[in-house]
Amino acid sequence: MKERLFEVWKQLRSKPMSLLGFGLIAFFTLVAVAAPILAPPEKNSRDAYLMPQDGYSPDPVRPHWQETPEKHRHLFGTTEGQYDLYYGMVWGTRTAFQVALIVVMSSLAAGILIGGAAGFYGGWIDELMMRFTDIILAFPDLILAVVIVAVTRPSIHNVMISVAAVSWPSYARLLRGDVLSIKERDFVSAARALGASDFRILGRHIIPNCIYPLLVVASLSMGRIVITAAALSFLGLGAPVGYADWGQLISLSRNWLLGSSGNPFEYWHTVFIPGFTIFLFVLGWNLLGDAVRDILDPRQK
Amino acid sequence: MAKFILKRLAFLPVVMLCVTMLLFAILQLLTPEMRASLYVKDPRQLAAVDQIIEKYGLRDPVYKQWGRWLSQVAHGDLGYSETAKMPVADAIRAFFPATLELTVLSFIPILLLGVFFGTLSAVYKDKWLDQTTRFVAITGYSLPSFVLGLLLLMVFYGKLQLFPPGRYSLDTDLLVHGESFRHVTGLLSLDCLLNGEFKAWLDVAKHLVLPAATLVYIDLALLLRITRSSMLEELGKDYIRTAKAKGLPGAVIVRKHALKNALIPVVTLSSLIFITLLGGVVITETVFDYPGIGRWGVVAAQQLDIAGVLGSTMLAAMLFVAANLVSDILYAVVDPRIRVG
Repeated sequence: MKERLFEVWKQLRSKPMSLLGFGLIAFFTLVAVAAPILAPPEKNSRDAYLMPQDGYSPDPVRPHWQETPEKHRHLFGTTEGQYDLYYGMVWGTRTAFQVALIVVMSSLAAGILIGGAAGFYGGWIDELMMRFTDIILAFPDLILAVVIVAVTRPSIHNVMISVAAVSWPSYARLLRGDVLSIKERDFVSAARALGASDFRILGRHIIPNCIYPLLVVASLSMGRIVITAAALSFLGLGAPVGYADWGQLISLSRNWLLGSSGNPFEYWHTVFIPGFTIFLFVLGWNLLGDAVRDILDPRQK
Repeated sequence: MAKFILKRLAFLPVVMLCVTMLLFAILQLLTPEMRASLYVKDPRQLAAVDQIIEKYGLRDPVYKQWGRWLSQVAHGDLGYSETAKMPVADAIRAFFPATLELTVLSFIPILLLGVFFGTLSAVYKDKWLDQTTRFVAITGYSLPSFVLGLLLLMVFYGKLQLFPPGRYSLDTDLLVHGESFRHVTGLLSLDCLLNGEFKAWLDVAKHLVLPAATLVYIDLALLLRITRSSMLEELGKDYIRTAKAKGLPGAVIVRKHALKNALIPVVTLSSLIFITLLGGVVITETVFDYPGIGRWGVVAAQQLDIAGVLGSTMLAAMLFVAANLVSDILYAVVDPRIRVG
């Protein structure tokens, strides 16, 4: 195991992009873990995820280093409604991780269940499940997710449910194909001859043998999922206003794009700071996904 | 071939039926009272919610409601879209050309740039050109369209006042909806030229630049990656070595031998990209306030304008089936080894 890890490290070291991916995700993990230290919630706050609000004036305050002459305590300034941007970015990291991990796990589970059953049993079960998959895929991206959230009322949980509901089909398709090819192999027949149950064959022999490509796709789709969830928040279907969520912070910035007369970039930070953070987070996952593929996929070598 | 196409087209109505059925099923999560409130346009009608439920049969089982809607559609009535404030058929006629215009304009650069830089990237593998191209591609792939869109608006609209959001400015609006303007193709940029209105044409073109640029940057990455990896695979094959051994110049090997074979997956993928764009690019159209199918669909979905959602979704599902069909046919056309059927 130690040698294997060393091997992985040696591969990584020679690829600056993969290293950058690991670095970015490690950084965001640290921020998420240390959120209460980096941005301590106010003493009387009900929920640490609610961003502190500094009065009710709508106009954003510029970042700390730009504000002259008097300095204030908002490092990144505030966005519409006087929500502190720095606090939102730090606690939003936790939200982003939660959404991404939960959605990937649950859609992976659904994909394994449906794709595995379809490939293993074949016949009408396969036909039924794969046609259902096709139908979900036929929906334009986002519209189905938006309908689901709109019907179940906007909240961060419903965003997760709806994004999972539209992202499992690609896993199911992939797994079905792999199961189809693996179930014909000799060790499966051997297990069957020994009297193993369907469940055991599927769970112990087939799925473990086709899990790697699925993991590669999962790590590659992490970035897509973060973008989709942020897009729903951007459309105003995510968490309630004031919840630390990057997508929502961007949607709050929409009214401040043009700045004031004479200074078109006056409120640049309201878009740029959350936008650049989402970009770095997604970039980290994409680079990491590429790295995982290079390591796990023997065909690439 | 004809049989294959017919078989696939027969699948189309099945997809449409299932897609709409699923939408109806999801809507059942709302109580009949909530669904009735979607029909209420005037606060005074609130007292009559029970009558509305009765009138539209909102307590009936799903399949009955769905069947009713289906028979309506069979009679040529797609319903009235509350968000577009017009019948669904008219809304499709109004929004689809806008999306088509945007799609064509962004697809051409995606295809050309993607194939060109993808090929170069493969030929100069691991050189600085390849590294730069790949970096640009992965940043495009990682950038959410709404972030890029808002930043572009901030610079090119807020600061430079060059490219405004929307589809046209007020002057053009008046001109286009005036009596003397002939709508020939429905594509505004073409129609303006046909009418000899160059100022209006410039205006329409200006509005298209930013959304098209956003789409190009974001979708380019996908095509680039596929071209590069497919090209790399071809370049490693034996016939390329033979061509090299014959002493053919590198450019000829790349253009005449490798590229032709490498383009097979590219053709399929690009037809898919084209149709996905055509189905409406929800976020990009929303950011730029561009009145296309995607923005209409998402506003309808947000406000539960059922007729609007059904209309835009059916259009997109139709395009999806068409896209798969076209890509299968193209596959057979570009690769004579493959036979469909």
